[in-house]
Amino acid sequence: MKFLQNIVDSVKPHFVKGGRFEKLYPVFEAFETFLFVPGETTSHGVHVRDAMDMKRTMMAVILALIPATLFGMWNVGYQHYLAFGMEATLMENFMFGFWKVLPIIIVSYAVGLGVEFAFSALRGHPVSEGYLVTGLLIPLTLPVTIPLWMVALAAVFCTLLGKEIFGGTGMNFMNPALLARAFLFFAFPAFMSGDIWTDLSPEAGHAVVDAFSGATNLVAFDANFHNVQSASDMFWGFEQGSIGETSAAACLIGALILIITGVGSWRIIVSACLGALLMGLTLNMVAPADLPNHAMHTPAYYHLLIGSFAFGVVFMATDPVSAAQTEKGKWIYGLLIGAFTVILRVFNPAYPEGVMLSILLMNVFAPLIDHIVVEQHIKSRLKRA
Amino acid sequence: MSVESAPAVQEKKKEALFSKKNIRILRDPLDDNNPVTVQVLGICSALAVTVQVKPAMIMALGVIFVTAFSNLFTSLLRNTIPNRVRIIVQLIIIATLVTIVDQVLKAYMFDISKKLSVFVGLIITNCIVMGRLEAFALAQKPWPSLMDGIGNGLGYGIILVVVAVIREIFGAGTVLGFHVIPQWAYDHGYVNNGLMVLPPAALFVIGVYIWAQRSWNKKLVNVS
Repeated sequence: MKFLQNIVDSVKPHFVKGGRFEKLYPVFEAFETFLFVPGETTSHGVHVRDAMDMKRTMMAVILALIPATLFGMWNVGYQHYLAFGMEATLMENFMFGFWKVLPIIIVSYAVGLGVEFAFSALRGHPVSEGYLVTGLLIPLTLPVTIPLWMVALAAVFCTLLGKEIFGGTGMNFMNPALLARAFLFFAFPAFMSGDIWTDLSPEAGHAVVDAFSGATNLVAFDANFHNVQSASDMFWGFEQGSIGETSAAACLIGALILIITGVGSWRIIVSACLGALLMGLTLNMVAPADLPNHAMHTPAYYHLLIGSFAFGVVFMATDPVSAAQTEKGKWIYGLLIGAFTVILRVFNPAYPEGVMLSILLMNVFAPLIDHIVVEQHIKSRLKRA
Repeated sequence: MSVESAPAVQEKKKEALFSKKNIRILRDPLDDNNPVTVQVLGICSALAVTVQVKPAMIMALGVIFVTAFSNLFTSLLRNTIPNRVRIIVQLIIIATLVTIVDQVLKAYMFDISKKLSVFVGLIITNCIVMGRLEAFALAQKPWPSLMDGIGNGLGYGIILVVVAVIREIFGAGTVLGFHVIPQWAYDHGYVNNGLMVLPPAALFVIGVYIWAQRSWNKKLVNVS
């Protein structure tokens, strides 16, 4: 570590005011604080600071995302070899997925951070750490067959229009990674829905097996909910879908890490699950009895396992910037996300994955929820006075 | 013209048709006081008719015609319009002009007229038209009013055409129907952007235009 410190200290004079690369100071500062906790002290106002600064917070989320990422890589390979009816070992599955997913992650990071660094240098503000998480979330929400230039376009779109235009990290009112996914979903629907979930790059001597169907559980369940895979398959994630979202188990590990480190709000996660369960049960009660296969009959707990509900709720809905801030508000916010997701899934087959749209919708409403909660609190205090 | 106002006019020297002031009236709405990006008026039709360049240009011409002549006629009538019914009189002038535009389009450009559909009729409710009548034509002489009308119509038209060019290039790969994105790009996996065809895209594009405009025109920062 001393060795790294020496390097950083030796190049520092070039970047501070009057140095040769004065303009690139934000870039240098980003790397410096990435490696070491900055030694600055607050000049006024609050002097007690948590060691958990923004970079550390972001690293906790990255850590929580690792199980989902690793499982996603394995599943990409697993689905690929399954489609060709080939036997493959755990390592073969993983390495196949690794080489498919890695370029997407690299493009997402390179392009997004490029935009962010360019903006910081232009505007002269420090590079914000927000993109560390967004850059990994974007690939995990996309199908593995997505063309790389679309990933790059989405990264540019979400950094520019999702974040920088509002003033950078912490000022965005929508989750940037979800915005990137929504952008691709509406801009290139042919690449974001349909039979694109499994990588079908040809294998010498093998053809796609007859039983292969490119439809995900979400599409299958709209026609006949009995067609979905078993609950355990969906829980562990042996299903087709976006790279990182198939496994509810991996998301659960992530949720534990987020809750223990205090980065994600357990209230949002719990209330969103409750919201989905309650709405699922309500639909079960009012479901038409003469259509036994109708999606409204789906057992309520299926909604937690199917599609990317777990991933969205754990990693997207808990985004501390775009979620509701008040404790009561978080409960309302989460409940509505869960409820809207189920409604969208069951009643609108055109948008199979409701969780993306309902989180974005509630992101927009979060300030309003907070406002109502705060006003309500003031009113009740005034009554007591 | 009423008798009282006549001496006041004679006191001033006769102004040249294209004096500096008149040119400014014509030019201001193009950038500094653009009706769409600065006053944020007429957004709805900007979202609806900017999928392709050709309908957007026709729409822009229609609006220029309506703003110019409604300004002119209102200004000519400004001393005879009773204050309490002025909105109704303005609406009659605007509606007449819009009907003319609509009928001409239906007679000579039927396919475009179909594409613009209800939005030609909705020029009547375009806030820019009535806004200019209320804010300018009711208190100004006919010539500057005409200039103001043309300027505001042009300011609206510029935004419409810029947005439409961007949306048509990225949404369909064409401009005015000519292919501008080469075939080899499609062969290498390029795909038209479906979002650009949807109305929200116009909102994004106008937003980015406002951002760019405020970066080059520092006068506008923190004005609105």
